[in-house]
Amino acid sequence: MIIDNQDTIVAIATAPGEGGIGIVRLSGAGAEKLLDQFFCAAAIKAPLASHRLYYGHFRDALGELVDEVMAVIMRSPQSYTREDVVEVHCHGGSVVLRRIVDLFVDAGARLARPGEFTLRAFLNGRIDLARAEAVIDVIRSRSDAACRVAMGQMEGRLSRQIYEFRDNISDLLAEVEAGIDFPEEELPLADRQRLISTSSTIEAQMGTLLQSFESGRILRDGLSILIFGKPNVGKSSLMNTLLGEARTIVSDIPGTTRDTVEESLLLKGMPLRLIDTAGVRHTDDPLEVQGVQRAQAKVAGVDLVLLVVDGSQHPDEDDIKALQACDPERTLLVLNKQDLGSCSLPEEFADLPSVSICARYAEGIDLLLDRVVNFFSRHSGGEGRETTLLSDRRHREALLLARSSLERFRFTVIDEQPSEFGALELREALQALGEITGETAPEDILEKIFTRFCIGK
Amino acid sequence: MFHVKHFTNGAEKCSIGQSMYNYGKQYEVIVVGAGHAGCEAALAAARMGCRTLLLNLSLDAVAQMSCNPAIGGLAKGHLVKEIDALGGAMAQCIDATGIQFRILNTKKGPAVRASRAQADRHLYQSWMKRYVENQPLIDLKQGAVVGLLMKDNLLAGVRTREGLEFLARAVVLTTGTFMRGLIHVGLQNYPGGRAGEPPSEGLSEHLKSLGFRVGRLKTGTPPRIDGNTVDFSKVEPQPGDSPPKPFSFETERITGPQVSCYITGTNPRTHEIIRSGLDRSPLYSGVIEGVGPRYCPSIEDKVVRFPEKEYHQVFLEPEGLDTSEMYPNGLPTSLPPDIQLAFLRTIPGLENVEITRPGYAIEYDFVDPIQLKPSLETKLIEGLFHAGQINGTSGYEEAAAQGLIAGINAAQGVKGRDPVVIGRDQGYVGVLIDDLVNLGTKEPYRMFTSRAEYRLLLREDNADQRLTPLGHVLGLISEQRWQRYQEKMNHYEQGRTLLNDLRIGPGDKELLTTLELPELKNGLNLEQLLRRPEITMNKLSELIPPLSGIPLEVQDLLEIGIKYEGYIKRQVDQVERFKKTEEVEIPASFDYHSVCSLSAEVREKLQRIRPLNLGQASRIPGVTPAAISILAVELRRGAND
Repeated sequence: MIIDNQDTIVAIATAPGEGGIGIVRLSGAGAEKLLDQFFCAAAIKAPLASHRLYYGHFRDALGELVDEVMAVIMRSPQSYTREDVVEVHCHGGSVVLRRIVDLFVDAGARLARPGEFTLRAFLNGRIDLARAEAVIDVIRSRSDAACRVAMGQMEGRLSRQIYEFRDNISDLLAEVEAGIDFPEEELPLADRQRLISTSSTIEAQMGTLLQSFESGRILRDGLSILIFGKPNVGKSSLMNTLLGEARTIVSDIPGTTRDTVEESLLLKGMPLRLIDTAGVRHTDDPLEVQGVQRAQAKVAGVDLVLLVVDGSQHPDEDDIKALQACDPERTLLVLNKQDLGSCSLPEEFADLPSVSICARYAEGIDLLLDRVVNFFSRHSGGEGRETTLLSDRRHREALLLARSSLERFRFTVIDEQPSEFGALELREALQALGEITGETAPEDILEKIFTRFCIGK
Repeated sequence: MFHVKHFTNGAEKCSIGQSMYNYGKQYEVIVVGAGHAGCEAALAAARMGCRTLLLNLSLDAVAQMSCNPAIGGLAKGHLVKEIDALGGAMAQCIDATGIQFRILNTKKGPAVRASRAQADRHLYQSWMKRYVENQPLIDLKQGAVVGLLMKDNLLAGVRTREGLEFLARAVVLTTGTFMRGLIHVGLQNYPGGRAGEPPSEGLSEHLKSLGFRVGRLKTGTPPRIDGNTVDFSKVEPQPGDSPPKPFSFETERITGPQVSCYITGTNPRTHEIIRSGLDRSPLYSGVIEGVGPRYCPSIEDKVVRFPEKEYHQVFLEPEGLDTSEMYPNGLPTSLPPDIQLAFLRTIPGLENVEITRPGYAIEYDFVDPIQLKPSLETKLIEGLFHAGQINGTSGYEEAAAQGLIAGINAAQGVKGRDPVVIGRDQGYVGVLIDDLVNLGTKEPYRMFTSRAEYRLLLREDNADQRLTPLGHVLGLISEQRWQRYQEKMNHYEQGRTLLNDLRIGPGDKELLTTLELPELKNGLNLEQLLRRPEITMNKLSELIPPLSGIPLEVQDLLEIGIKYEGYIKRQVDQVERFKKTEEVEIPASFDYHSVCSLSAEVREKLQRIRPLNLGQASRIPGVTPAAISILAVELRRGAND
């Protein structure tokens, strides 16, 4: 990883949700130029003055209106990062925000890494040393959040496809590198035609995937909320109430939901992924044991856990077991069945933020939803939010870069350029995907070569 | 101080009950082992003005080529040019003793062109031995080192089996495959450092007692055959390039006689015989524990792993001008001698072949290079350096490159100067050492061009541009050579100016016709013209008189620089970014355990490797981008506290 302070970085600066306005922030030497490409201030032709908010139109490359916005330039060094900073204030709502971020990325900005605005501010001396600890906290919490999102997506179709691209491109690179590093081995390497067709196939697949980003089908990935707890405390009822429809099987026999069930919903403009799990308890039923294990594994990969307990009864061993699997920083205690009365809670439960509800009669649900929205605003607000909202943009950015590298690779083959230049393009494609999949080390390519080809003059 | 207890233990244990004789002479640097690493180490230290002792088990085996009699090849040729650019001897030695020279990969791009040469094994050795002997500051002696001398917990010299003590504050260990070497031929095995030579016993135990982690690797070599028993009518000759191109920037041309290599190959019958011997293979019967290299598998390994292949290429390489022995490249094996002979005789041209020396596998001890600083000095003992196969590498060139750097840094230490670290953007030497100290080795490490992320900048042709100025500063380059280098660079600058200033206009009809160019609307300078794929520097220099004065090698440099400017610029930009993190130094005293924001795993890794700068830290496997950001904050804070 290289810390690069020359790139111009971009991120959404406002909290998730259907707020009145959303802010996209840019920082770096290219910020002003990027703004100029898309923003046209009303009634002013001259260069924009620093630290002044201008009203105008934000248009895409074809001149189509994206949104009416307010924009401001804060020139270096009078800005948060001490670099040129640009903010675009648009109408709130994830679709517009994404569109604006995408346009900036297409024009050459790079999505900010978790906590990168704060890091730059610190490295440029804008934040004093006394607050170094706070800077570290920002970097760490944002990276952790990013990591959770990534874990949540690991099983997803999107990630699988990106890993597949990575594998296919490294296969291509292995062919090219084997030809370069082992010229005397008479290896059965792919000919030009095959290199070209393999490359076009991958490019086309990437194109299809990129289109689905544009049409917003990928929007389904939201902040993830896990409904968690021992059996029969009303987890599925809660899920159904939240969804407003009977989606999962509800019964009074403990242990009905043996596996996890996922649903997506839009909550106050915030895309959410709701996950219902099997109840956690000591059990010998092998099928159920599996479900319990899966639920516990899920806890690590989600943004928020709703720990559901029966508020009318004293917590028992299974409740405590469920509590122990949770990270208190990301847990909201839901005391269900408040219609049946309430009990005092032991200390370890009482420390958690909690809401009393009755899932069956949909009581207290509004309060719960407020709490959820508050939680996400608090934990992921501020600059460079690293939630799915950006995470899927990160995938898009990686795909765009990788695809253009692949295209350039294909042209080196068509033009019969020396193969080392093709290798350079393929390495860049892998590097772009590496933002998602982790780096592909030279050792990984060598491993492919030695597995596939009989090397050894 | 760390490991103080071990030092005294080790030293005491070895001195009890033995009478020692102090040789008396005080050296500044002692190099243990006179192979390819040891010779370069001693030569570099001596050139930098250090009184140097070079010890070898046998003085008849200086700069011995244990495996194939060849220097260079992909990435290895690059290393040789870099060694040469830093004043090392390997390139000049092969130029003087090479019997077949070839440039590989001429069509795959300027940076992956590589030189390779067959050596006359015997001449190579004698040339290098004489070269070392002629260096007035080197004493070359025979001696088997069994331990390090420690005085007051500081390195003081070495002790030999004969009971001699040699004193120096810096020691370079280049033990090759000799530490606890064990040779396998079939199910028979015996201690040896190389066929016909005893191993070095005791040293690796001693290093262990000092606290080093020692591991075991394996490598192998093919049988040698009698060229008089080869039927050359059945094999295909593979001549060298004509004229042969030298390795060294110093050599004007190759003058020695040149010979051909030959190509033949295995067939299904060969493979059948090999399979029939697998039950007596030390590799497949589990006798060998050491890890072997994947890129240089034994022939039995190739047959087992790729059963569908009916043919494996074999190169017959002459071992020298005054011997009939040949090296069948592609057939390393540790099968029993009867199987070796039987399978050889199924190969076209080898129907009546005689084996002169059987092939064998060898297991040996190495010291995990993660225990080294990027200067190749050990982290445990100040003044102790490791280079070559002791670090788990394979290959003469890899060894020589490390030897050179270890020798330089031993001398730097003696003189109280900062160590020299070559960057990954400066040379394959840098990539090699950076990989070793950050990643460690799990199998014998060989250099490949694909390991270098800035490959396009690390070309053979510009090795002197990259490293000779550094060599000059260090005192490794003679004044005469420095002047020649500067002349070359002057030619280069003049050439650039000429190409920029000279223009072709629409009126130069004759020139345009000769160059097969269409009519021009506007004038072009030569640089723009040279960007066209069909225009070469060669063509231009023939037609445009001012250019003809530029030496050929400089014409090459100019052409590459202009034709591939776009790609080169991209890599230069990458290097600029790379350097940013390389410049953020991490103080040696930095306490990773106090940075609670890092995960325990990351902390442990950083504490163990102790990177010199943020860039190095980022290359340690498992150190995340977030961890690097956090470190960047901590370092900034520390610097201002």
